[in-house]
Amino acid sequence: MTAVSESNAASAARAVPDRLASALKDAGFAALVMLGLCFPLVTLRTEPDDHGRLALTPRFGLTAIMCAAVFLARLGYLTLWGKQARAARQPQTRGEVIKTVAAPRYTLTSVGLPIALGFAVAYPVLMTFVNGGLSEARYWIDLGILVLTYVMLGWGLNIVVGLAGLLDLGYVAFYAVGAYTYAILATTFHLSFWLCLPLAGLLACTWGVLLGFPVLRLRGDYLAIVTLAFGEIIRMVLINWVDVTNGGAGIASIPRASFFGIPFNDDDNGFAATFGLEFSPMHRIVFLFYLILALASLTSLVTTRLRKLPVGRAWEALREDEIACRSLGINTTTTKLTAFATGAMFGGFAGSFFAVRQGFVSPESFNFLESAIILAIVVLGGMGSQIGIVIAAVVMIAGPEMLRNLGFLKAIFGDNFDPNEYRLLIFGLAMVVMMILRPRGLVSTREPTVFLKERKTISSDLVKEGHG
Amino acid sequence: MRGETLLRVEHLTMRFGGLTAVNNLSFEAKSGDITALIGPNGAGKTTVFNCITGFYKPSEGRVGLAHGGAAAFAGLEEATAKGARTLAVGDRAVHLLERMPDFIVSHHARVARTFQNIRLFSGMTVLENLLVAQHNRLMRASGFSFFGILGLPAYSSKQKEAVELAKAWLERVGLIERADDPAGDLPYGAQRRLEIARAMCTKPVLLCLDEPAAGLNPRESIELNTLLRDIRDKDGTSLLLIEHDMSVVMEISDHVVVLDYGVKIADGSPDEIKNDQKVIAAYLGVEDEEVAAVEAEVESLA
Repeated sequence: MTAVSESNAASAARAVPDRLASALKDAGFAALVMLGLCFPLVTLRTEPDDHGRLALTPRFGLTAIMCAAVFLARLGYLTLWGKQARAARQPQTRGEVIKTVAAPRYTLTSVGLPIALGFAVAYPVLMTFVNGGLSEARYWIDLGILVLTYVMLGWGLNIVVGLAGLLDLGYVAFYAVGAYTYAILATTFHLSFWLCLPLAGLLACTWGVLLGFPVLRLRGDYLAIVTLAFGEIIRMVLINWVDVTNGGAGIASIPRASFFGIPFNDDDNGFAATFGLEFSPMHRIVFLFYLILALASLTSLVTTRLRKLPVGRAWEALREDEIACRSLGINTTTTKLTAFATGAMFGGFAGSFFAVRQGFVSPESFNFLESAIILAIVVLGGMGSQIGIVIAAVVMIAGPEMLRNLGFLKAIFGDNFDPNEYRLLIFGLAMVVMMILRPRGLVSTREPTVFLKERKTISSDLVKEGHG
Repeated sequence: MRGETLLRVEHLTMRFGGLTAVNNLSFEAKSGDITALIGPNGAGKTTVFNCITGFYKPSEGRVGLAHGGAAAFAGLEEATAKGARTLAVGDRAVHLLERMPDFIVSHHARVARTFQNIRLFSGMTVLENLLVAQHNRLMRASGFSFFGILGLPAYSSKQKEAVELAKAWLERVGLIERADDPAGDLPYGAQRRLEIARAMCTKPVLLCLDEPAAGLNPRESIELNTLLRDIRDKDGTSLLLIEHDMSVVMEISDHVVVLDYGVKIADGSPDEIKNDQKVIAAYLGVEDEEVAAVEAEVESLA
């Protein structure tokens, strides 16, 4: 008996250096790979010298730092905080995998969304105090508007991709329809923003249905390709139908938003004079911030409600199993069309907001990259999750902006180091890490729409992603 | 009503390219009966099911379903000639299932079905699965979502009714304790029962079950027999089932139709089928000395 336990202890003691040795080897290999990648990209830097010729400036120090960082990170992952390290620390096998977690009453969405809303409402005030003045806070409030626009677009696309499971790569088309609807109606017919907003939603919705009819017979990759093409068609029409859209030059001097009819200017009947304030161009920006906040909140409210209605359940059922849906008497064509139309409508709202904010629209704003970013927000956030999309939009839109402010890194890497050059690299790296750690998005669990006794969140293992 | 013809399948033929999966099949299923469709693997049973439930459009033939008694079949010829899907006279109606898309078969003709490989909404809870089955009723109650979004009380009372119906079915199939668990988490036998409960939540007149006993242990099989008999006797829903498990078929069926190579080879009560020579031959093969006789018979049939 004692002999057995002694030999167990001995083997355990032997196992630790073994593990360390293999971890060292692994980390060394990772550093080697890093060296191979870095050498052509980082080490060999060519710069024009005084005579305008290219000269080679080797940067061995930087390469060494990067390789060492990879080595240490890999070593740490293997020995301290990685999955294998945890498994080694807890050798007992886990029992049955529990796929439901009892989460009574308070869930991430039910707590997270009000907090996010509260923060958003206070944001302009907060930024004014932090920056010591309304005008100084302009950059931050503009950034807030940008993030909220993408939150709204993400929530809109989420209906199509996250709930109904239809992969739509051309969502930006509806954004464009909304933007041009406002731009054309406002410049040609001088209609007010508040009249154009529902019209833009309606038109985008109509385009959603028009696209839907031929496309919804397709599934999976084929659906994705055709929606991608639809997005490009809209852009091509915007470029080439010069009589209406003014082509590639775009439509300029679109009327700015007014405060329900009161313009934001320094006239006697302007916003500032009416409310007895000192004129500041920031009033319009703050108004735009609250406008997009209201529009985004409306999107979220409607989506949350729809999810609990039969149509929302039918969308999710469609994502789970289309054939079973049909066997239960659900018309899958109209169900898909309602998803497309609802998603498109919110895209249209966001589009007309974009137009009224910029005062200028051109086809360049509606290229495929926009669709890709919106889709990335939905996928990264966790398909179907409301709060996940908020987080993802902040990460995807505000993240790269924040990387502009990495000047302090110059202290480490020397004065020649320009963090802007590495912005997209770091961003890509963050995406890869995210996909490794959370492959089904930040919030991957699904919350049931109805329950008898307790609300249990459903693990992403069981929730399907849809197939077209 | 009871004992009258409910479903009338006439000259049903289904061809896939050069392959004739079902050939000139005619049979009837009576109201209040459990009709079993049996046959060796590849006999075309599931194809017949897919034709009846609208998932396939048959190459030839007619599938008529009567609501409100067999007298409704009086309008069958008229409906066929008019090219109509449904002909309603008073509270009677005849439906031509072969002309309907799958979801209309379920919605208007009220024929529900289950699948050979279980098709539950695995990422939704057990309760949600049963609510999705009541989609059309709830959709109307929510004013096609327009009233529902405003939160009008008419919808919430309908939703409560739907939850009550779901609860009643969960009690009957013994899954009430698991109502809030995802359907994909249930054990296999429970998933089969849930699929039947889900189909029943559409309030069908005819329930088509594709191998409901497949993969069940003997105890679960007996429970299934009780459940199916219950559905027949208490809910007024007739059943049509495909089954390989003869203990289930012989125990609960009132009427058995045997298919082999897409052709009907026998039709009758379980006792008649048990003693039918052609059925025995199809299932077990035939003795050496009988081969010549069987071949001659096949010749004469062809």
